[in-house]
Amino acid sequence: MLLLDCPWCGPRDETEYHYGGQAHVRYPQAPADLTDREWAEYLFFRDNPEGPFAERWVHSTGCRRWFNVVRDTTSYRVLAVYRPTDPRPEGSR
Amino acid sequence: MSAQPHRLPSGGRIDRDTVLRLTVDGQELTGHPGDTVASAMLAAGRLDVAPSIYRGRPRGIVAAGVEEPNALLEVLGRCSESMLPATTVSLVDGLAVRTLSGLGRLDPTGDEAVYDKRFAHTDVLVIGAGPAGLAAASAAARSGARVILLDEQSEAGGSLLSCRQETVNGSPALDWVREVVAELESAPEARVLSRTTAFGSYDDNYVVAVQHRTDHLGHPAPEGVSRQRVWHIRAARVVIATGAHERPLVFAGNDRPGVLLASAVRGYLNRYAVAPCSRAVVSTVNDSAYDTVTDLVAAGVEVAAVIDARPVLSPRAAEVAGTGVRVVPGSAVVETTGASRVGGVLVGALDEDGLLGGDAEADVEAIACDLLAVSGGWSPVVHLHSQRQGGLRWDDVLAAFVPEGTVRDQQVAGSARGTFDLGGCLEEGTEAGVAAAVAAGFPIEAEAPVGRAATGEYGPVRQLWLVPGRTGGPADWHEHFVDLQRDQTVADVWRATGAGLRGIEHVKRYTSIGTAHDQGRTSAVNAIGVIATALGATPGEIGTTSYRAPYTPVSFAALAGRERGDLFDPERTTPIQPWHVAHGARFEIVGQWLRPRYFPRDGEDIDAAVARESRAARRGVAMMDASTLGKIEVCGADAGEFLDRVYTNAHRRLPVGSARYGVMCKPDGMILDDGVNLRLDENRFLLTTTTGGAAGVLDWLEEWLQTEWPELDVYCTSVTEQWTTIAVVGPKSRQVVARVAPELDVSAEAFPFMTFRETTLASGVPARICRISFSGELAYEINVSGWYGLAVWEQVYAAGADLDITPYGTETMHVLRAEKGYPIVGQDTDGTVTPQDAGLDWVVSKRKDFIGNRSYTRADTARADRRHLVGLLPADRVTRLPEGTQIIAPDTPVTPEQGPVPMLGHVTSSYHSEALGRPFALALVAGGRDRIGETLIACVGDSPVEVEVTGPVLYDPEGSRRDG
Repeated sequence: MLLLDCPWCGPRDETEYHYGGQAHVRYPQAPADLTDREWAEYLFFRDNPEGPFAERWVHSTGCRRWFNVVRDTTSYRVLAVYRPTDPRPEGSR
Repeated sequence: MSAQPHRLPSGGRIDRDTVLRLTVDGQELTGHPGDTVASAMLAAGRLDVAPSIYRGRPRGIVAAGVEEPNALLEVLGRCSESMLPATTVSLVDGLAVRTLSGLGRLDPTGDEAVYDKRFAHTDVLVIGAGPAGLAAASAAARSGARVILLDEQSEAGGSLLSCRQETVNGSPALDWVREVVAELESAPEARVLSRTTAFGSYDDNYVVAVQHRTDHLGHPAPEGVSRQRVWHIRAARVVIATGAHERPLVFAGNDRPGVLLASAVRGYLNRYAVAPCSRAVVSTVNDSAYDTVTDLVAAGVEVAAVIDARPVLSPRAAEVAGTGVRVVPGSAVVETTGASRVGGVLVGALDEDGLLGGDAEADVEAIACDLLAVSGGWSPVVHLHSQRQGGLRWDDVLAAFVPEGTVRDQQVAGSARGTFDLGGCLEEGTEAGVAAAVAAGFPIEAEAPVGRAATGEYGPVRQLWLVPGRTGGPADWHEHFVDLQRDQTVADVWRATGAGLRGIEHVKRYTSIGTAHDQGRTSAVNAIGVIATALGATPGEIGTTSYRAPYTPVSFAALAGRERGDLFDPERTTPIQPWHVAHGARFEIVGQWLRPRYFPRDGEDIDAAVARESRAARRGVAMMDASTLGKIEVCGADAGEFLDRVYTNAHRRLPVGSARYGVMCKPDGMILDDGVNLRLDENRFLLTTTTGGAAGVLDWLEEWLQTEWPELDVYCTSVTEQWTTIAVVGPKSRQVVARVAPELDVSAEAFPFMTFRETTLASGVPARICRISFSGELAYEINVSGWYGLAVWEQVYAAGADLDITPYGTETMHVLRAEKGYPIVGQDTDGTVTPQDAGLDWVVSKRKDFIGNRSYTRADTARADRRHLVGLLPADRVTRLPEGTQIIAPDTPVTPEQGPVPMLGHVTSSYHSEALGRPFALALVAGGRDRIGETLIACVGDSPVEVEVTGPVLYDPEGSRRDG
């Protein structure tokens, strides 16, 4: 069970959170302008790297706030935790 | 009172003043506190247990700990428990057990014992209270760090409990153990848990352990003490000091009762004061068994010979030989003899390659004995390290898989990492304890205790993975057992490798070696050695199988803890619940809500009750508790803009005082939820959601607000439990509402459909009354503060008494809405249904964008043959189609030969309609709206049922009943 450091509440058990998939995948500003392929890539295509991966989590049973985590998908080590409004930290790649 | 002929006159960690009675397979035995069932059996001279699982061969006790493969018990009693190793069951007075042939029985009796769990946080968690673990815990505790020390045994000490002459700091080792435990118990931040097995190790040092708290007491548990407790421990640092298990040797007849692990014999001698034999032979490949030899001699047991596979006597072997014990080097026991129990062994010389030299028939020596103690080397207990993907390395000198590196924030110390001497264990333990405390932020220095074993060397090890049989080849060696509990032999391994299997995971699954209750504790590494021999490889090249939790079996009852029965899942009820119960409602669970399903009157079954409730709603007046619908208040200057983006239809210009049905979709265009939304004022909306979807919808709204549109001024608040909602339904509902809310003009003109009014009821309760219908009838929903919910329900019931107002449940609600073709999200939709599929294109705006809109022009969502929600009428007018029934085209063959059968869709809702006088269904059918009027086939079991496809609205399609 991961120990995730909520930027607002501090370290809490993984069971307090829900997973939200890859981070930094913005909802397109104008979906109508996208081709079917571009829209399908937004809907269905996500990275699945071996190593550091920026992903979204929400503290469902705590403050209910979303935040981002850079987690190594091999070691499950959390490399960085940051708020959705912040850029991905340097060196977390 | 039966005798204990094999009990030594002195010594052991038992209380001889107290005699305990025990029954094993009906045989009465005695023992003492401190005994296990196994030690009591051996004290009585009994080592045989139930025969082996597949081959029915006689079997006996092999080990003295959790690694025991043969002696499995069912503890008899009120709720019996199976598959407990006799070596781990503490003796209590009156215990009755049955030995098992490797297969237990789950007692169907309800287990009334209490199980619970605790969550703990600690700076340093030490697993294992042997010399290394004690040294680590002692050093760490002195730093002031929080320390938890776990050990599976009844008392701390680990291997020291089985020793005789070992010392620490010049005193008997067990004195040191006592001092450390006392020191830890008096430290304010330390906790020592015995009979507690860490069985699972998870990410970020989350360790789960089970503590056995009452079985050893021998009397009912004190009030408030659970039988077992599962500990969930989060530790900054973990020190794994779980020791090592001895391996048996693989040779012909190695499963005969009387073949015991050498270390187990030592444990029985020293810890339990039991000499399980009178004349022993010891067969070994390393030095550790010589401690057993000297302890046997000291206990007055004759040691007929030590058969040492190593060609040259080690210093330790030579030392023991010098005391007059016969040591036979370069040899191995090749076979056991005896009727059932070991009566003797045959010893043969091994050549350099481990083959029997000379004429195997002539050159074996027979030695009489009644016990054979074996040591095939030691395997560090690396399970917890490996569960976290900690690496392993084959150490060819130690002949063992040892941890390579450490898992982050963990250390492995002592024999768990292949350090087998006492002094080394104490040093490593101390170092690990200091390092753990320092890393956790509690700087300390500590000096390691000085340990001295009487002799304690592990010495060089000869890797002897299988002792050749005297005849035939490995494929014929059906009595060379590798896995005792699975009855698997060298011949079985050869069959697997002969079939071309190379990987250990494949051989494991082909032979089932290592898959029994003991999970290969004594067999896994020997199996790897045998496979390596078969393939001409080294054990390191073969590698190990994956280690997975649990380390030892854990009962489901312990894992469930108190979360069973009423506490299995939270149960939510509305303020009206006491009324429902008092009026005989039958309930169903929706989400976590307990909702009345129907209210049977005398002798009614569900069909009769639903028919009556439906008639009341369609012809008179009926009422339902709709409080469980999710309710979310959405406030802020941008609330309307936000809802326009989230819902498929527009909300921004909805007038205050009006209601609107809305559907929300995922970006892929599939329906997520629906509900009726009210505009309370310019900046405030009240959304309703499906009962089961409320939490998910709130999360969904928050996700968009926080991650995509943080600039919007919008706040969402769940108010589901703040409001009680009472639906009043039917042509006579207006009369009832008028009586309850006399200040309200309830006329259709003053209070039109899809509007709401704030008013004060006759009782003085403020209420919000909506004209919303989920049945097609004239209907109202009265919303009041939850505090008044029950009172207002009773007021409505009383106000409608002369009109025979009829309470109804979810079943009637489903029938009424299905007759009108209103889909239920999650029942008639499943995440692959668009609003258009569900016939809701009227709610999809063409003038604004919203989440999911872009997807409706994707090729797949624009297909004409998508599954549409339609009505089905069984042609026979009697069959109620089971929900999930598959729909096919007429004349479609449904034989296996002509399969697969092309499916057109399936039934999503199906009821008997009182209004239509026949059963009907809603179904998702490919191109369904283009098939209206066609006859299709519903596959009900083996019988095809003809169904007519209709539009989804089967009752009052004109909507003439809405205004009463």
